[in-house]
Amino acid sequence: MKRWLDILKAGFSGDPQSDRVVPPTGYSAWLIVFTSGAMAFLAVFALALSLAAGRLADRWGAELARTSTVRISAPESQVAAQTKAAINVLTTTPGIASARALTQDEQAALLEPWLGADLPIGSLPIPQLIEVVETDRGYDAEGLRLRLSAEVPGAFLDDHTRWRRPLISAADRLRSLGLFSILLIGLATGAMVTLAANAALAANAQIIRVMRLVGARDVYIARAFVRRFTMRTLAGAAIGTIGAMVAIALLPTASANGGFLTGLGFVGAHWLWPLLIPILAAVAAFWATRTAALRTLKRLT
Amino acid sequence: MIELRDVAYNYGGGDLLSEITLKLPPASFHFLTGPSGAGKSTLLKLCYGELLASAGSVRIFDQEASEMDRDAVALARRRIGVVHQDCQFLDHLPLVENVGLPLTVSGRDAASKAENLQDLLSWVGLTDRARALPPSLSGGERQRAALARAIITSPDVILADEPTGNVDWEMSLRLLSLLVELNKMGKTILIATHDLNLIRSAKSQVNARVLRIKNRRLQLAGADL
Repeated sequence: MKRWLDILKAGFSGDPQSDRVVPPTGYSAWLIVFTSGAMAFLAVFALALSLAAGRLADRWGAELARTSTVRISAPESQVAAQTKAAINVLTTTPGIASARALTQDEQAALLEPWLGADLPIGSLPIPQLIEVVETDRGYDAEGLRLRLSAEVPGAFLDDHTRWRRPLISAADRLRSLGLFSILLIGLATGAMVTLAANAALAANAQIIRVMRLVGARDVYIARAFVRRFTMRTLAGAAIGTIGAMVAIALLPTASANGGFLTGLGFVGAHWLWPLLIPILAAVAAFWATRTAALRTLKRLT
Repeated sequence: MIELRDVAYNYGGGDLLSEITLKLPPASFHFLTGPSGAGKSTLLKLCYGELLASAGSVRIFDQEASEMDRDAVALARRRIGVVHQDCQFLDHLPLVENVGLPLTVSGRDAASKAENLQDLLSWVGLTDRARALPPSLSGGERQRAALARAIITSPDVILADEPTGNVDWEMSLRLLSLLVELNKMGKTILIATHDLNLIRSAKSQVNARVLRIKNRRLQLAGADL
């Protein structure tokens, strides 16, 4: 680790005069700034996507974990008795922390997004719902289903597993996809800088010959190219990152409780994560240019 | 300082140089002559590690050239001043920075650099051209600048490949006198040239050994000059 830090330090210290041995390159310099800026812009969005997917997966996991629902579907005259019997079964089942019947208002609130606020719930044959909260150990779902079917014929246990798992899995994969995209963007940035560095080295073959002739070591010559490409990449990535952060800040509010699209942004300390992107881009450019320069120097002289 | 023993060099189409044995002791002065294409420049490049011999041994400051890594070659070149016929410079940097390049790459401090540079530019008569860019220099100015760059680090050995190739006779004599002066200061000099008049002129000023490449081999050529 110390060796890598020393190489990084050496790459940015020393005689600034060494930078001047490479002539100005005009518009190609701006191409690197533009490309690294665009890459950083995309990387920030990939990061936002990844973090939003992560938040979604965590929220779904936290909200749905250790909760289940028992539905009582019975003739109106038996609903109260079966609800009482079901709660009795539930509260005596190991692994269940609590069980309570939802009030009519709570059930109406659950249906409100689909049926509207003025729903006369009392006049509809809606099943009674019982909210079940598990302990950390959890309960035996199959055993509980058997008990309920024996003692409360109208009860149906829904432990949410069948639809919770695919959603969490999808959100997790989206998060991985976002991180993989950032990795790809980083590699593409490295490849772009390598190509540009190779072109610059080939265009400056005469300068390299003169430098070698007067006793310049490869690391000295490489440093001039490395510093230039690293600083351009850093500048481009910083501009791209700031642009993307502004664009994300202008998106609709990203609240912890928002939906996926309105939650596509950064929350709290997550705003600090994009600041790493220019640094990572500069590190990628540093290694890419250094490797390309040292390899090309061996070939040219 | 630099020693070649039974050296051959092959470009791929047969030997260009064969059975070359040459020793450059401290404070010696040598001319290397021969027709164009005889291998004079190649022999010089073998002496400063630009090319590696196909056979034989090249020792540069007591190191076997074939065993030196790129850093070792670079460090050895700081002790060897090279003047090329085509005087390659960094065209975007002013003359003073080009001449000071060997000091820059060897990490000398700015103060000693400035002092050395001013003295040297004055010595080669280029003080008033210090800020000029290389493309604006005349042939003679380029040759003098190349010589100044080659000697600014006070190297032990100076290798010059046709240093008077692009200049008039008066300037040739002036450059020669600079090299003779350096030799008197203890520097080892090897000049590749086909200018026999220059060699004759030098022999009146310094005890120079004249070598000739003929039929791929190196011969002593003093008697017929």
